Amino acid sequence: MPPPAPPAGNLVEIENVTFSYGGANVLDGISLTIPRGSVVAIMGGSGSGKTTLLRLIGGALRPGKGEVRAFGRSVSRARTRELYQLRRKMGMLFQFGALFTDLSAFDNVAFPMRERTDLPEALIRDLVLMKLQAVGLRGAADLMPQQLSGGMQRRVALARAIALDPALIMYDEPFTGLDPISLAVTGQLIRDLNDALDAASIVVTHDVHESLAIVDYIYFLANGRVVAQGTPDEVRASTAPFVHQFVHAESDGPVPFHYPAPDYQGALLAAR
Amino acid sequence: MLARVLSLFEALGARVNGMIARLGLASRFFWIMLRLSGTSFRRLPLTIREIYFAGVLSLIIIAVSALFVGMVLGLQGYDTLVRYGSADAVGTLVALSLTRELGPVVAALLFASRAGSAITAEIGLMKATEQLSAMEMMAVDPIARVVGPRFWGGVVSMPLLAALFSAIGIFGGYLVTVPLIGVDDGAFWSQMQSSVDLREDVVNGIIKSAVFGVAVTWIAVFEGYDAAPTAEGVSRATTRTVVTSSLAILALDFVLTAFMFRGA
Repeated sequence: MPPPAPPAGNLVEIENVTFSYGGANVLDGISLTIPRGSVVAIMGGSGSGKTTLLRLIGGALRPGKGEVRAFGRSVSRARTRELYQLRRKMGMLFQFGALFTDLSAFDNVAFPMRERTDLPEALIRDLVLMKLQAVGLRGAADLMPQQLSGGMQRRVALARAIALDPALIMYDEPFTGLDPISLAVTGQLIRDLNDALDAASIVVTHDVHESLAIVDYIYFLANGRVVAQGTPDEVRASTAPFVHQFVHAESDGPVPFHYPAPDYQGALLAAR
Repeated sequence: MLARVLSLFEALGARVNGMIARLGLASRFFWIMLRLSGTSFRRLPLTIREIYFAGVLSLIIIAVSALFVGMVLGLQGYDTLVRYGSADAVGTLVALSLTRELGPVVAALLFASRAGSAITAEIGLMKATEQLSAMEMMAVDPIARVVGPRFWGGVVSMPLLAALFSAIGIFGGYLVTVPLIGVDDGAFWSQMQSSVDLREDVVNGIIKSAVFGVAVTWIAVFEGYDAAPTAEGVSRATTRTVVTSSLAILALDFVLTAFMFRGA
């Protein structure tokens, strides 16, 4: 059943979404769009609500206010069955891969195919090898996740996320903890996969330089709001204090280094 | 003073409320699990794998414990019965104790600490490492794919383990009393045969172990699924599984015994 054509070519539309957790607003009236064919980065410091945003798009969380739409259909109001249908067109790469530890790399990639399609085992075998080849790990097909390094685990997880050629791929911190070579390889992989699948990709990250090299558009999040946005060129040229601080990795600026605390001297000199 | 007493009651009330809420959560989880159990039967290899992990891998501890429990029963039983000149009845004593009580109860306690804790830890760790979230994002329901087969694997394994426990325990009692002490072989078996009733003793024991199997595995999968996704959370959930299911086994045993054996 083909989905209704998404309006204006946007695969994901987030409108005025507010999400609170434990009384605090993690997202505070946020709006953004992800057009088909593009790689969009969502940046912000730790705790700026980036991962929450991905979970809202995947339907794992529901917004307190506002509307999340994917493929032209509401995610935030979808019933479980509908949600599962939407998720069939999404792939998500978790921060630490989230590979099934009791399955080999091959079986991990085969998992979504075996669970969700009726493809014959011979075809699944070929598809899995193709996906593993795409991430450069065909030779590691028979290894268990524990036998792979962190970066390799994430690449297997990426092969699993794209196993069924999703139209929307979400990456949660794909660059964290990678060595410089793996970093560049992963970045290029994200770009190439997106273009090969004609998909849209959302990359949640705080790695500015890698992202600027591969993405089409960037949203900056702080305190649950979009504080800046633009193409990589606009971002590089931006003089907005927040963007400047982030891009040039300055420790002081609109984003404070210190968690709010009472006066330092006072705390040290206070009577015990 | 009054304020302190009041706050004490408040804390007590909050605790009781929390416990009732958790019971509600567990019950809802139970129904969802039953509703999604189709997968466990349509894809039998998944369930058979869990029967292997929960059942087959528990065999050694069950067999060894049963042997020793039976041998102790034989010794103690003989020691008491011989005073009344009815040492021949030791076979009856061993068999009835095991099929009615010790088989189901001790096997279930061992099952809770061997298999129940493993199920909780596994599901809890899958949650902590986002494997369950990843599965959900792949449009596969973890309750159908992960929880269901583990539940049914445990439910199938428990009565079989209890039956084995009783059988091996009786053999242990036999070893001690007949070859070692010298109770008459024929009397041991024939007394047992004439006094153990299939419906009254054996079937009731199996019913008990089936009930324990549902309770223990339900507690184990719920605690794992409900665990806080941290190392500490998984460790607490595992402890809770063993404690809660042990208490549940003993309490249920009393209720079931009261219904089954009213001294009629």
